[in-house]
Amino acid sequence: MEKIVIKNLYKVFGSEPQKGVKLLEKGKNKEEIYEETGLTVAVQGASFEVNKGEIFVVMGLSGSGKSTLVRMLNRLIEPTSGEVLVDGVDILKMSKAELVKFRRSTTSMVFQSFALMPHQTVLENAAFGLELDGMDKKVREERAMDALKQVGLEGWEKAYPDELSGGMQQRVGLARGLAVDPEILLMDEAFSALDPLIKTEMQDELLKLQDRHERTIIFISHDLDEALRIGDRIAIMEGGRVIQVGTPEDILQNPADDYVRAFFRGVDPTGVISAGDIVRDTQPTVVWHTKAGSPRATLEMLSMKDREFAYVLDSEHIFLGVVSSDSLREAIDQGNGTSKLEHAFIEQAKSVQETESLQDILHLVSSHAWPIPVVNSDNKYRGVVSKNLFLRTLNRAEKGTFFEETTP
Amino acid sequence: MFSFDERVIPLDVWITTFVDWLVEGYRWFFQMIKWPVDFTLSGVSDGLLATSPVLIIIVFGIIAWRVSGFKLAGFTIASLVLIGLLGFWQETMITLAMVFSSVVFCTVVGVPFGIWAGRSDRVNNILRPVLDAMQTTPAFVYLVPIVMLFSIGNTAGVLATIIFSLPPIVRLTSLGIRQVHPELVEAALAFGATSSQVLLKVQIPLALPTIMAGLNQTIMMSLSMVVIAAMIGAGGLGAPVVLGLNTLDIGLATVGGLAIVLLAIVLDRITQSLATKNRGKKNK
Repeated sequence: MEKIVIKNLYKVFGSEPQKGVKLLEKGKNKEEIYEETGLTVAVQGASFEVNKGEIFVVMGLSGSGKSTLVRMLNRLIEPTSGEVLVDGVDILKMSKAELVKFRRSTTSMVFQSFALMPHQTVLENAAFGLELDGMDKKVREERAMDALKQVGLEGWEKAYPDELSGGMQQRVGLARGLAVDPEILLMDEAFSALDPLIKTEMQDELLKLQDRHERTIIFISHDLDEALRIGDRIAIMEGGRVIQVGTPEDILQNPADDYVRAFFRGVDPTGVISAGDIVRDTQPTVVWHTKAGSPRATLEMLSMKDREFAYVLDSEHIFLGVVSSDSLREAIDQGNGTSKLEHAFIEQAKSVQETESLQDILHLVSSHAWPIPVVNSDNKYRGVVSKNLFLRTLNRAEKGTFFEETTP
Repeated sequence: MFSFDERVIPLDVWITTFVDWLVEGYRWFFQMIKWPVDFTLSGVSDGLLATSPVLIIIVFGIIAWRVSGFKLAGFTIASLVLIGLLGFWQETMITLAMVFSSVVFCTVVGVPFGIWAGRSDRVNNILRPVLDAMQTTPAFVYLVPIVMLFSIGNTAGVLATIIFSLPPIVRLTSLGIRQVHPELVEAALAFGATSSQVLLKVQIPLALPTIMAGLNQTIMMSLSMVVIAAMIGAGGLGAPVVLGLNTLDIGLATVGGLAIVLLAIVLDRITQSLATKNRGKKNK
C-alpha cells in the first residue's frame, strides 16, 4: 500500500522558477536553462511511490537533488510544481497551520549534521518535538526517555550534546525523531557523518527498530553499500532526475543506464547477489524410494555420467540430502544389499535458502567439495551453487557485467 | 574658473527650519517620549539616593560574588567605598540611575529591533546605515536639538545617551540571531515549530550570550556619555568633570574621571561574568 505518492515534482531555484519548469517541459536541459536564465534546476519531474512500512532509499551523488527532494516531502523546501500525496492528501495544498500539524504528528526528520540543540540536555532534545506540540512536561519526558531507551542512551539524559560522540549524538537525533512516534521518518544522510564502524552499527540499530515498529522511512544516502544494506527499495537520482526505482536486486540486474551501472561497479556483489540469483540446476538428482533411487542404481548413474555427487529429493521435490559415489559405495558395503539412500547421506551437506547472499554461503562453498544445494522457502530443491560458478560470478561482477549473461 | 565659493544647497537652513517646525508642532509627541524615561530615571535615582550606601555596597558585593566570585566582590566593594570616600557618592548614584535607565530603554527598544534585523535581510540593510549614523555622529550635533525638544537636565542626558548607546545591542542581537546555525532552525521547523517557537526556543536562547555581550557594550557606551550628558545639564559624575574643565580645576576633573572609570570597571566585570556564566551553563 502506498504511503507517499510523488507526482511530477519540480524544484527550480531562482527568481522566476515557473519559467524554468516550462523550459524543462520544452525539452531544454538544466545546463541550457542555467545559461539562459540563471535558474538552477534541483529536481525535475520526480515521480515515485513509497509503500507503507518500507525503507525507501534515495541515492545519488552530491548535487543530484536528493536532499532537496526529501525537504519537499515536509515542505522545508517549497516545490515549484507537482504533487506530494501522503495517505492521499496533497501536502502542498495544506495551509500553514495544517502543515505545522502535519510536521508535528506525521513526519519527523534526522539530519546529517545531527542538528541537536546545544543549549538543551539529551532528554530535552529528545522531547523537542513533543515540547513544540505543547505536551505536558512530565508526559513528554517520559516518552523521550522511552525513545532514548530504544536507541540505547539510557543514563545519558542529563548530558549535553557536545559531551557525546558523533554516533551517540545521532542516536539522540534518532530518539528525537522517534519520540513523536511518526508514521514517516525522513533521514537526510543521517549516518554519513559517522565513521564506518559506527555507521554499520547505526544501520543495524535502524533495522532493529524497524522490526519493532514498521514506519515508512525515506533514507537519503550517497553510499551505495548503505543503500543496499538497509533499502527495501532504492531510487537513484542523477542531475535532479529519478532515473530508476526498484529493489536492490532489480537495479543490479537491470540497470537503467550506464550511470546506474557505473554506480554499481566496485560494489562488493557478494552482499547483494543471493544464492537464488545464480543457482544452476546442473547436477544429477535422484528421487528417494524409487527403483532408480536405490544406492546401487544411483552409483551406476553417477559413474555413467562421470559425476561425483547426486542430490536426493522426494517426489514433491523437497531436498533431502547429498550422496557421493564414495558414500554410496560405503553404504552398499556395510548394508549387504539392504542399505537405503539415507544411509549414504553426507552428514555435513546442508542446503541453503535461495535468499541468502553469496557472502553468507561463501564459507560453505569454500569448505566443501560438493556444490551447495539451494532450496526455496518451501524447502524445494532449486539447484546448486558450485565453486566454479561462484568464482565466475565474482569475476563477472568485477567487470561490471554481472547480469548480462544468465545462461552458461 | 570654477570654484565652490557659492553655497548651492542650503541644507543647514533646511535643517534649522525642520527642527523649528518639529519643536513648534510636535512638542507634545516628544514630551510623550520623555515621560516614561523621566519616570524611570527619577524613580531609580530617588530610590538609590534614599537607600543607605552601606546597603547598596553590600548588594553590589553580593551580586559580584554570585556572578563571579570573591575577587570581583572584593574589588567592587573597595571601588564603591573609595568613590564614597572621594565624596562622589550622590553623583555616582545619579550616574548609576542614568546608566540604568538608558540601558533599560536600549534593551526594550534594541532587542526587538535586533531580532527583527536578525531575521530579515531587508530590515538589516535599512537599519545598518541608521545605526552607523547613530554611532558616528558627534554627540555635540544632536545635543542642541535634544535640548530644544526635551529641554535640559538628567532626562535629556539620558535621551542623548540612548541615541549613542543603542547601536551595539541592536547589532549584537542581530548578529546573535544570525549566528544560530541554519540547520537548527531547519530542524525546529521540521518538527513543526511555528515562527515564534523558532524564535523563543532556538534563536533567542542560542543568541543569548551574544545579546549579553551587546548589553555589556551598551552599558560601557552609556558610561562614556556621562561627561557629554553633563554639558546639557545632566547631573552625576559628569558634572564635576565638566565643572573642573570650565574652571581649570584639574584635581576635581581627575577625581570625577577616576570615579567614572571605577564604576565602569565594576559594571563591565559584573555584566561580562554574567554573559560568560550564561555560556558556561550552556556548555556544561
